[in-house]
Amino acid sequence: MQSWRDHPATFLILVLPGCLWLLAFFLVPLGFIWVISFGETSGPVDIVYTWTFANYLAALDPLYLQLFVKSLVIAGIATAVILVVAFPVAFAITFAPDRLKPLLLVLVVLPFWTNMLIRTYAMIAVLRGNGYLNWTLEGLWEATRLLVTPIGLGGVMGERFEGLDLLYNNTAVVFGIVYVYLPFMVLPLYASLERLDRSLVEASLDLGASQVHTFFRIVVPLARPGIVSGLMLVFIPAMGTFLISDLLGGPDSLLLGNVIERQFKSANNWPLGAAMSFLLLYVTFALLLARAWLSGRRASHV
Amino acid sequence: MTSLPSRVFTRRRLLRSGLAVAAVTPLVPPLARAQGRELVIFNWDSYIDGETIPEFERASGIRVQYELFGSNDELFAKLRAGNPGYDLIFPSNDWVARMLTAETLEPLDKTRLTGLENIGEAFMDPPHDPGRVHTVPYFWGTLGIGYRSSVTSPTSWGALFSEEAHAGRIALLQSKDTLEAALKYLGHSLNTTDRATIEAAADVLIRAKPWIKQFAPDTAQDLLLADEVDVCLEYNGDILQVMEEDDDLAYVVPDEGSQIWEDCMCVPKGAPHPEEAHAFISYVLQPEVAARIAEWVLYPTPNLAAKALLPEEIRTNPSIFPSDDILARCEYARYQGEELERFKDEIMTRVLAA
Repeated sequence: MQSWRDHPATFLILVLPGCLWLLAFFLVPLGFIWVISFGETSGPVDIVYTWTFANYLAALDPLYLQLFVKSLVIAGIATAVILVVAFPVAFAITFAPDRLKPLLLVLVVLPFWTNMLIRTYAMIAVLRGNGYLNWTLEGLWEATRLLVTPIGLGGVMGERFEGLDLLYNNTAVVFGIVYVYLPFMVLPLYASLERLDRSLVEASLDLGASQVHTFFRIVVPLARPGIVSGLMLVFIPAMGTFLISDLLGGPDSLLLGNVIERQFKSANNWPLGAAMSFLLLYVTFALLLARAWLSGRRASHV
Repeated sequence: MTSLPSRVFTRRRLLRSGLAVAAVTPLVPPLARAQGRELVIFNWDSYIDGETIPEFERASGIRVQYELFGSNDELFAKLRAGNPGYDLIFPSNDWVARMLTAETLEPLDKTRLTGLENIGEAFMDPPHDPGRVHTVPYFWGTLGIGYRSSVTSPTSWGALFSEEAHAGRIALLQSKDTLEAALKYLGHSLNTTDRATIEAAADVLIRAKPWIKQFAPDTAQDLLLADEVDVCLEYNGDILQVMEEDDDLAYVVPDEGSQIWEDCMCVPKGAPHPEEAHAFISYVLQPEVAARIAEWVLYPTPNLAAKALLPEEIRTNPSIFPSDDILARCEYARYQGEELERFKDEIMTRVLAA
């Protein structure tokens, strides 16, 4: 590979638009939010910048910390489920015939062609009490009852089909996150599994390792970069989600993202919302740093 | 609250508006178009019939750009950093007061308005705009209980907050409306500034949480329609729209009284076309026009001349026009400063997190 130092002008021209974009539409707005987080509201629209830490102290109220922990747990569970679901999918696509691969990848990305709000509403239609899932289960229940009644087992089935309570609880929120963010895990996993040297897998099997052993000792370590970037891509947005918990959650599904949203809308307290956002950002950075430090330490051990 | 459209299009409504647009007949002869006269309206979704805008355009020669918002939060956020070009906006009463505090509304020039006398006397001096200096009322309504009439027929807020009869079949709202309904249930004014009283109302909600299915983001009517709940807290118009799809649904303002809301026509500061905005307000104040819009949106109109033109079944429908007896026990939600608003929001967050 050529070093960028050989063609600094070309490098600059290629890199500049992206950098300017990030500066104008990411760093500058983020800077505004950062400044607002040290402000105080003085009326419905006015914010005076007093460089106070009061917003950060308010954001560390046990009320919000408790929601932070809950968001952490829900995002953590959802991310773990996504990893377990996405790995076989990515693995299968890697070993699929070459001509099928583009089609399978398109199928993974396909849901993105629909707006997330609409997809979440679709989930409601599937999961609710008289939704498609319960409707299907009821059909199966009826069919089973018809089959078993003649042989005298009708009583076992109960009098009436009771629909499952699938919606408006924390499980539904986890399910919603899994559904929406799954592709963010499949794609980086596929990218790293695709590059995996298959002769290593063959060697492991030839030398007597079991399938399970090969998977955990050879495939997983080699796919680690994909796993880690997938985890980050899924976990970070899951920590900030508010739409999914709003629509699919029950009476105890308030997450940190919802509270931040309230500060910018109904509470009209932008400084507190900004402080909460930045605390979340700092925690995320800490996680990234910890990851870099851990992988650095591992590298130095090898 | 999220920015989801609070006045969701129903299928029938969509069909009706489509038909209405198709059936537009040139009732008014087109005037010579004044050069480049424009009007930018920012209104709630499904809050006007299909004929009024094209007819106004033909009658006045003013080209209308009609844009939609989903919540007061969204409207306020758009105007926060300066008016991006809207001439006429439709905020609700407490948000009018908030905008007046923030000095984002222009006083109306009443010499340029016609038909203001059609508005009922009772609406001419509201707490959010004393003397009607900045606003003209567009529609008003109530907060109440939507319910499935084959299952229950509630008369008290207790149906939402205390009766275990509806356990697991209750939907409330995420907004402070829920807190204010609980205040009415306890017999207090919903505008109380006493923090201990507000906290007592929050305790009622926290105790009721095990029976509640969801604190909905202004979509409780959808849960009622989908048979997820039997009772829900909602605005009259939202329930009336789902009542059109399911005859079993009904709406009641509880005996303890409730909240009245009102959406107002206002001209924001910095409006590029204030003259055209006044022309539109005058147009909508005409009894025939106001009646046609009211018949379509099914909210109670403050325009008494228009009310007289409405069909009997709308005028006498207690879900649309509650009795004076009930109204006497209702109050506007008042804006009483950022500090109290913030306190109520934090209390509501505590309820949701409990």
